[in-house]
Amino acid sequence: MNAISKLSIGQVNSMVLLRLLIGWHFLYEGVIKVYSTTWTAKGYLLSASFFQPFFQWLASESILPAVDVLNIFILLVVGASLLIGFRTKWACLAGIGLLLLYYLAHPAFPWLPQGPSEGSYWLVNKNLIEAAALLVLALFPTEKRFGIERMFKTKK
Amino acid sequence: MSTKQNIFQTLTRRDWLKSLGGLSLFGAVWSAGASFSTKAKRERNILLQTLNIKASAPPPTATMEGSPLRIGIIGFGGRGEHLVRSLGYATTEWLEEMSRAEKENPADTRLKEFKDQENLNIRLTGVCDVFDVHANKALQSFNGNGNTCKRYRTATEMINSGEVDAVVIATPDHWHAPLSIEAINAGIHVYVEKPMTHSIEETYTLRNAVIENPKVVFALGHQHRQTQSFLTAQDAIAKNVLGHISLVMTATNRNDDNGAWQYDIHPDANTKTIYWELFLGSAPKIPFNAEHFFRWRKWWAYGSGLSGDLMTHDYDRINCILKMGIPKFVTASGGIYTHRDGRNVPDVMQINMEYPDFKTGTSQEIGKEQGMTFVYSATLGNQLDRGTVLMGHDGSMELGNAVTIFADSGSTRYKKMIEEKQIDPYVPIFQYDPSVNGVDAVTSATAKYFANKGLLWTYRDGKRVDSTFLHLREWISCIRNGGKPSCGIQEGFEEAITAHMGGLSYKLGRKIEWDNEVQKIVALPGEDLDAILLENKV
Repeated sequence: MNAISKLSIGQVNSMVLLRLLIGWHFLYEGVIKVYSTTWTAKGYLLSASFFQPFFQWLASESILPAVDVLNIFILLVVGASLLIGFRTKWACLAGIGLLLLYYLAHPAFPWLPQGPSEGSYWLVNKNLIEAAALLVLALFPTEKRFGIERMFKTKK
Repeated sequence: MSTKQNIFQTLTRRDWLKSLGGLSLFGAVWSAGASFSTKAKRERNILLQTLNIKASAPPPTATMEGSPLRIGIIGFGGRGEHLVRSLGYATTEWLEEMSRAEKENPADTRLKEFKDQENLNIRLTGVCDVFDVHANKALQSFNGNGNTCKRYRTATEMINSGEVDAVVIATPDHWHAPLSIEAINAGIHVYVEKPMTHSIEETYTLRNAVIENPKVVFALGHQHRQTQSFLTAQDAIAKNVLGHISLVMTATNRNDDNGAWQYDIHPDANTKTIYWELFLGSAPKIPFNAEHFFRWRKWWAYGSGLSGDLMTHDYDRINCILKMGIPKFVTASGGIYTHRDGRNVPDVMQINMEYPDFKTGTSQEIGKEQGMTFVYSATLGNQLDRGTVLMGHDGSMELGNAVTIFADSGSTRYKKMIEEKQIDPYVPIFQYDPSVNGVDAVTSATAKYFANKGLLWTYRDGKRVDSTFLHLREWISCIRNGGKPSCGIQEGFEEAITAHMGGLSYKLGRKIEWDNEVQKIVALPGEDLDAILLENKV
C-alpha cells in the first residue's frame, strides 16, 4: 500500500520519533522569532559566503520584511504539521527547501570561511543532515499512524 | 453530522491518543517558546527602563537653499579629495575608478552612494595646491556642469580674491593655523583638518582670531562627532550608567605602509611641478625633497606625530562624550621601533593624560571617587583592534560604531540585579548597533577599522552616511542658517593643547603640566616649549 506499511512497529515508531523531533525543532525556532521584536535574517543573508548576489538581494530593504515573515511562517507551518501529523509530505518538502537555503548561504565548503558555528564541518553540516532526514520522512509518511490524519484513516 | 458521529464512534481510546497526541506536543512547544521569550523580554525591558538610555535624535536637517556658497579647497591631496567629494565634487579619475569597481562587483555601492548624496548647493570655485599635478586634476574635473574652478598660486591670493566665501584646509599640519588665521581675519569661513595647530603659540592666535571675528564660522574636522553611536554614548554617560569612570583606554593599531604614512611618491614630483618654498613655510629651509613632500607626516617640521595626527581623533571622541577638557598632567613615551626609515616622529607611543579633578556620577558615597586617567596607546607595527573602552565602577562601555555596555561584577549600582541573576556581567546590558548586523562587503580592512571607530561611516535612520559629509554639512548649515558647529574653536583649542602636551612630554621625557588658572602649559625657567615641540632632529 505505502512505504510505511512494510515497516516493523519499531521502525515506524522510530520514524514518528524523528518526525516529532524535527517538528519540535522547527516550531520552537519559529515561535522564538514570533515573540522576538528585533529578529531579522538580515545579518545571516548579508554575511552569506555563497550565491552572495542572491542572498544580498533577499536582504535588500524592499524584500527583507517579506523574507523575514515568510521564514517564520514556514518554520511554524512545517513545525506544526510534523508535530500534529497533517500533510507531512508537503511540510517535509517545504522544510527541505528552507534548510537548503540556509545551507547554501553558508555551506560547509572547505574553501569558504566557516563563520560562527558550534562544531567542525566538512561539506556536511547539521542543516544538510536535517534536510536529508526530512527527505526520509517525506518518503515514509507516518501521520496516519500518529497524527490527525489517523482520524480519517479510521473513518475509512 | 451523522458522519462525524460515526467517526468518533469508531475511534478507540488508543486512536484518540495517536490522533491528537501531537497537538499536546504542539501546545507544549509553543507555550515553552512563548513563556521563555516573554520572560526574557520582560527582564530586558525592566533593565532598559532602569538604564533609560536613549539614542538622541539626529539634529534637524537645516535647509541648503539660497544662493550657492563659494568654497575654495586649499590642499588637494588624498584628504582634500575626500573632503571635496563629500561636498559633491568627485574627480574624473575617481568616478572612472568607481565605475569600473561597480562593474566588477555589483555590491560595490560607493559610486551609487556618491550620486545619491544630498546636494549641498555649493560651488567649488577655487583650488590651491603647491603640486601642479594635484591642482590640474581639480581644474580638469571641476570646470564644467555650471561650475568654474580657478587655480590660485597661493592661499593668500585665494582668500583675498573675493571669489570664495569659505575655505576647506587640508594641507600638512604646519599650514593649518597660519591659513586659518589669515582666512578668518579676512572674513572667510574655515573648515580645517585636525590637528588644529602645529605650535602652542598659534593655538592662542587662532583662538583669538575666531573670537574677534564672530561672524566667521570655524569648524575643525573631527567628523566622528556626527556618528549616532556617540550621541547614544553621551546619553549613557549622562544617565550615569557606568558610575564613576576612572580609566579610559583608546588605541591606534596599524601595520601597513599607508597606515605608517609611507605614501607613494608621484613620478612627476620635481622642483618644476612643486612650489617647494611655499610648501616649507615655517619649516626649516632644506633643498627639495620629494619624500618630505609626500610623506610629511613622518617629520615634526610639518606633521605632529602620533600625538597630533592620530591621538587627536581619540581625544576628541572622548572629549565629545565626557567633556573633560585639557588634562592636568600628560606623560608620554615611545620611540621609532618599527619604521626606522629616517623619520623623526615616533611610531610607537603611549600617552597618559591625568584628570585629578574629573568626576562623573557615582553610585557610592559622595567624595569617595574623583579623578581619571585617559590612556592613548599607539603602534604602527601591529593592527590588532584594541578598541575603545570607558571603565567605570558600575560598568564598561566599548565604543565604536556600536555601543556595548557591560555591568561590572563589582558594581554597587547593579549588585542586587547581578545577585538576582537579572544581569550577567558577561552579557551586555545595553547594545546599540546602528547597522543592525550590516556586513560591509566593499570597504577595505583599513576603512572598516575607521568605520568601527566611528570615523568613516555613520548611520541615520538605518541608512549609511559618510560622517565627513555630515560634518561638512553641519559647517555649511551654520554658515547659511546660523548656529555653532559641534567641533568649534573651544573644542579645537582643547584638542591642540592636549596634543602638544603629548608631543612635549615625549620630547622632554617628563610630565607636562597644564595651569588652568593662567591657561598655559607650565614651562621650566628658560624653556621655549614651541622650539622643543618643533625641533626636527632625526
